[in-house]
Amino acid sequence: MTQPGTESWSEVPQGGTVLLPGSTERNLTGSWRTKLPIIDFDKCTHCMICWVMCPDSCFKTAEGTLQSVDLDHCKGCGICASECPVKCIEMVPEERD
Amino acid sequence: MVDTRERPVSDDAVEAAPSTAIAVNGGEAIAYALKQIEPEVVAAYPITPQTLIIEKFAEYCADGVVRTEYINVESEHAALSACVGASAAGARAITATAGPGLALMFEMLGVTSGMRLPIVMHLCTRALSAPLNILGDHSDAMAMRETGWVMLSGSSPQEAYDLALVAQTVAEHPDVMLPCANLVDGFMVTHAVERVDVLPDDVVRDYVGEYEPETSLLAEGSTATYGALDFRDYYFEHRRQQEAALYASQPVVEASLKRFGEISGRHHQILEPYRMDDAEVVLVFMGSAEGQAHAAVDAARAAGVKAGALRIRLLRPFPVDAIAEALSGARVVGVMDRAIGFGSAVNPLLADIKSALWSRTDRPLMKGFVYGLGGRVVTLGQLNQALGELVSAFESGEESTTTTYLGLREDPESAEVSS
Amino acid sequence: MTLKLRDLTLLDDGFESGHGLCAGCSESVIVRQVLLALANEPVVALATGCLEVSSTRFPDTAWKVPLIHSAFENAATSASGIEAAYKALVRKGRMAERPMTFVVFGGDGATYDIGFQWLSGALERGHKFMYICLNNEGYMNTGIQRSGATMLGAWTTTTPAGDLVPGKPQWRKDMTGIVASHGVPYVAQAAVHHWKDLMTKVRTAEKAEGPAFLNVFAPCDRGWRYEPEDTMAISRLAVETALWPLYEVDDGKYKLNGPRHKTRPIIDYLESQGRFRHLLKDKEPGVIEEIQANVDREWNRLRERCGLEPEVTPETTEAAVSAD
Repeated sequence: MTQPGTESWSEVPQGGTVLLPGSTERNLTGSWRTKLPIIDFDKCTHCMICWVMCPDSCFKTAEGTLQSVDLDHCKGCGICASECPVKCIEMVPEERD
Repeated sequence: MVDTRERPVSDDAVEAAPSTAIAVNGGEAIAYALKQIEPEVVAAYPITPQTLIIEKFAEYCADGVVRTEYINVESEHAALSACVGASAAGARAITATAGPGLALMFEMLGVTSGMRLPIVMHLCTRALSAPLNILGDHSDAMAMRETGWVMLSGSSPQEAYDLALVAQTVAEHPDVMLPCANLVDGFMVTHAVERVDVLPDDVVRDYVGEYEPETSLLAEGSTATYGALDFRDYYFEHRRQQEAALYASQPVVEASLKRFGEISGRHHQILEPYRMDDAEVVLVFMGSAEGQAHAAVDAARAAGVKAGALRIRLLRPFPVDAIAEALSGARVVGVMDRAIGFGSAVNPLLADIKSALWSRTDRPLMKGFVYGLGGRVVTLGQLNQALGELVSAFESGEESTTTTYLGLREDPESAEVSS
Repeated sequence: MTLKLRDLTLLDDGFESGHGLCAGCSESVIVRQVLLALANEPVVALATGCLEVSSTRFPDTAWKVPLIHSAFENAATSASGIEAAYKALVRKGRMAERPMTFVVFGGDGATYDIGFQWLSGALERGHKFMYICLNNEGYMNTGIQRSGATMLGAWTTTTPAGDLVPGKPQWRKDMTGIVASHGVPYVAQAAVHHWKDLMTKVRTAEKAEGPAFLNVFAPCDRGWRYEPEDTMAISRLAVETALWPLYEVDDGKYKLNGPRHKTRPIIDYLESQGRFRHLLKDKEPGVIEEIQANVDREWNRLRERCGLEPEVTPETTEAAVSAD
């Protein structure tokens, strides 16, 4: 598609209807983060509490096991660390260039 | 009530379908059109003088004559809101209201047009409060003009029926996809029982077709988000697109009226001229004052005045060029406003007409009249008075910038000014 | 399907990341839980609010399910129209019948205040839809103003903690009770931290033969003045103090789903959020006592409706305040 915000008035979708399901994915909200979640996979029980409590759908799973955190979108809220029953997630200060 | 005799068809409608004559009021005539259209959803809240439409239609639903889902909502705002949901879901959705009900809907009027949903509304024009008044004038319709709807206006129960069908085809046309209002004068048309020639059901079905939107909430696999937040990066573009669609609706209205003429023998135009061919003194109006206006024109003609009348059938988009053309021979134009545009330069219809004629170098003299507010009876005398003032202007060549209030009990001290 | 998180991770919740809700916001967590719990194809109607502006900003949408927003007050009516359209389109043979659920998300402003009449009308008409109130006790999208759901004493930008008036002067509306009074098939209170309870309720609501209403406690770290990581902890506290009991009204029968006993005094909850700081700092025992009395009254009224004996606060308010 055309780059967002460059279409002429006659090209924009009629009535402002959005036809790009889930397209917010391109907004990299990870840039908001000031704290970074670090998972200790040795302690993780794959209970998926972090997965269900994450406001930003950042916990990536495969076949019922936790794989990684989507740092492109993680806003660093720390709910996962607070709620993890085995305390295997630690929030550490985000270091940026 | 139903007269099943076939009407003799007129010469110019040799191919038109045989109509059936029924004696109904304007409200029931619209209900009859709704029965034939058989929309998926009707959502309405009762308000005088619209109740005739929805009560009759509720009977059709209760008797199983139509398969429509009729939502008895708890307010007019909800009526249009429910139509918005239904229309986005892919249904043909229709509502009806009047005066204060339209005022309560106001937020949703712009939402409907902005979301490009082809909802049809039958607006039984009524005075706005306060003071509370349930009777007819055009205050509501005039307040609606800038909300992005196509606005059609009739003058009789027959036209209420005809335009109910036309409105449907205009709104849903792919080049338009905008809501359309069918303006019906409260009481004077909604409650007037007249002969109405109705088309056969199959002819109506064929004319209005089915609503087949490109996307909808209920379409298989749909992932559309309707009504998203539009910020400074897109809102302007969407509004411009909406404006273009509204202007593009005029040829669609004209084509729909033409096609309607072919099936019915009733050839409506976006403007209804009366004795306009050589008219120099012209009354412009909208709605049910047609009888009085025509009679006044006839009387003036009999007295040797080249008088004519022009009725506005398409209020939005305002057919600027067609009006300029229709009034090209006029030397004096009087515009009849059945509403006050409080604090405006001039009253609403006069403002539109003045704008339409502004680019003409040989502009006619123009004069504003206000009449019939809150159901004040519109008399032939008032129209004669108006034409009389126009004739005076024609003779003197002087334009009057004051408004004349027809049928108003004037302040004795200022009575001379406006008589 | 039983509710096991590992099984649920195999599903697509239909709500994508990259939305603009604040870090730590409870609303998207609730949305994901609701969408995951549904068995049928959803169509969503949104009221204007944080969720709507943050998840559907043209040309983007976080949603992968069909959705409509048209105004602030009328999301329940949008659902009415969609449900009516569905019925009529099926009746006219213009679409095939298929299992669909019409879900509304509205904030407490949209539900308790501006959209109250629209919701009540839709409930009374009996449309088959599920209304989820994302209750964060205020107009957070416009900058944290008080609503009919904001509790007594809370600071908001329109009920500032002043020298004369210490925050919001009124208690709150019992919206769940009001909806239950409509006699609709299913009404419940849930809270964001208790995913299993919430998702179970969504499943019950989906099977209801008519309107269902879930009032979901949705803490707002921005508006309530607490750290984002505490969202679930605060939700839990609200349940433990019986400020927000988890219960349901299924076909008119009241049932407690959460703890049967109040285990903490309200002051524990008040201390957890900056919006009540003035009550504690300025020693406003009158207000704190009134809050506790309101909580106790509503808790015991609910217990009575559930067929349980009344219960006193574990630690009296006076004791809690004097312990400070």
